[in-house]
Amino acid sequence: MLELKNVSFSADGKEILKNISLVIEDERFVVITGPNGGGKSTLAKIIAGIEKPDSGQILLDGQDITNWSITERANAGVSFAFQQPVRFKGVTVKDLITLASGKDLSTAAACEYLAEVGLCAKDYIDREVNSSLSGGELKRIEIATVMARKTKVTLFDEPEAGIDLWSFKNLIDVFEKMHGEIKGSILIISHQERILNIADQVVVISGGQVAQVGTKEEVLPGLFGVESGCRYFKEAQHHVE
Amino acid sequence: MLNDVIKNLLAEVAGIGNIPTAGAFNIRSNGKSAGRNSTETIQIVSKEDGSGIDIIIKPGTKNESVHIPALISETDMHDLVYNDFHIGEDADVTIVAGCGIHNCGSGVSQHDGIHRFFVGKNARIKYVEKHIGEGEGGGQNIINPQTHIIAEENSFIEMDTVQLKGVDSTKRISSAKLAAGATVVIKEKIMTHGQQYAETSFDVDLDGEGCSAKLISRSVARDSSRQLFRSKLCGNKACYGHSECDAIIMDNGIVAAEPEIIANDVDATLIHEAAIGKIAGDQLTKLMTLGLTEKQAESQIINGFLK
Repeated sequence: MLELKNVSFSADGKEILKNISLVIEDERFVVITGPNGGGKSTLAKIIAGIEKPDSGQILLDGQDITNWSITERANAGVSFAFQQPVRFKGVTVKDLITLASGKDLSTAAACEYLAEVGLCAKDYIDREVNSSLSGGELKRIEIATVMARKTKVTLFDEPEAGIDLWSFKNLIDVFEKMHGEIKGSILIISHQERILNIADQVVVISGGQVAQVGTKEEVLPGLFGVESGCRYFKEAQHHVE
Repeated sequence: MLNDVIKNLLAEVAGIGNIPTAGAFNIRSNGKSAGRNSTETIQIVSKEDGSGIDIIIKPGTKNESVHIPALISETDMHDLVYNDFHIGEDADVTIVAGCGIHNCGSGVSQHDGIHRFFVGKNARIKYVEKHIGEGEGGGQNIINPQTHIIAEENSFIEMDTVQLKGVDSTKRISSAKLAAGATVVIKEKIMTHGQQYAETSFDVDLDGEGCSAKLISRSVARDSSRQLFRSKLCGNKACYGHSECDAIIMDNGIVAAEPEIIANDVDATLIHEAAIGKIAGDQLTKLMTLGLTEKQAESQIINGFLK
């Protein structure tokens, strides 16, 4: 179980997160949504340890991990798929998937993860994760990398952004499969209606605060019913297409 | 007989643990030949003035290799050698050179190897050169290699040159003159530590129609080490030239890049790319989210970069 207690964070004198409290139960599929600039990505970075909160606590299975480093959290079972994946000269796709899995991985095993995200493994496994890859390819490799980690908490920051030429349905299938196979919680930051539709729980973050938490049945009609809510989905459609 | 220090150097530089029993080779140890073998197709002969060796590869020689490592285990030694490679037309061979120094004393150990390659028409060579220095004595290890290539029509030369540790000072000078259809690809990897200094200079004349050159330098400057990268590509006909200098600086390391590209023909296409900077923070962060410590992430990034 992941728990945030009264987490606040500010940068450059601006309050980004205000007193956020949230409980993510085990094996939950949670989608965090809300307007751009509302603090969603910062919240993910706070959970992964990339940013440290000014106040408040983060608990993983009851243990206070607030002051843990990125590495300690990763080893305790937190994975994070970046919104904008990082490029590395000389580091291959196989290197990255092997590092992610934390053990020596056969080429065949590494290839399976690539196949899951719709990449022809033999074309990619030995490629460098450098600027020769498109944004969409990188994004899929990023997803394959966190899949290989099989951790108890997996965070995705806007996985749909930049997913090109690959049917959106495949992305949904990947999440559903992960949810079924890895007995962990999946937290996805997304504007995408189709991702929201498979959530057990939807959290709306707006203005640095938790605006609403509930099942999709409880939250989605409210989002659709509000003019500003519709806007997120239009943005999302724009991202995907 | 080779002593253990020389054997270790030989393994590091040329990937062989002792004097080979077959194939073409010349092993130079502390300025003298410690073993040599010619084959039917690859002749190794001393120059008349004793300044070095000629390696003569017969036309059409295929899938053979020649090893000519130079090793130094003495301090206060200045070894200078001139080696010429004559590669016959249509040959396809691998040449492994390189130098290892183990300096236990307080004096300077220095190797200056001047290599000339005369590459015949349609010949292909892969030239591998590795330089290392070691020793606890505090004496300086200096290696100044020179590589000069004359590439005839449609020949292909690939040169891999690596220096990752222990060389206090190096001036690496390479030049190539390319005839029509010839290709040269040079890949250089350098890492410097402490107070080390490394200087690289490439000078390529693209003289023939349709010839091409690709120079790729990747380097890491750590501690207070310094590096200078110079390259000059001169396009004199319709040709393609690309040079690339990519450097990571750490601690107080300094890297300077001075590229020069000169197009003397309207159909010459020449490109230079240079990037110098520290390891990107998001690269470290990404690898830390996979469970690596910051130090492990840093070494993963460096190892990949210099792979």
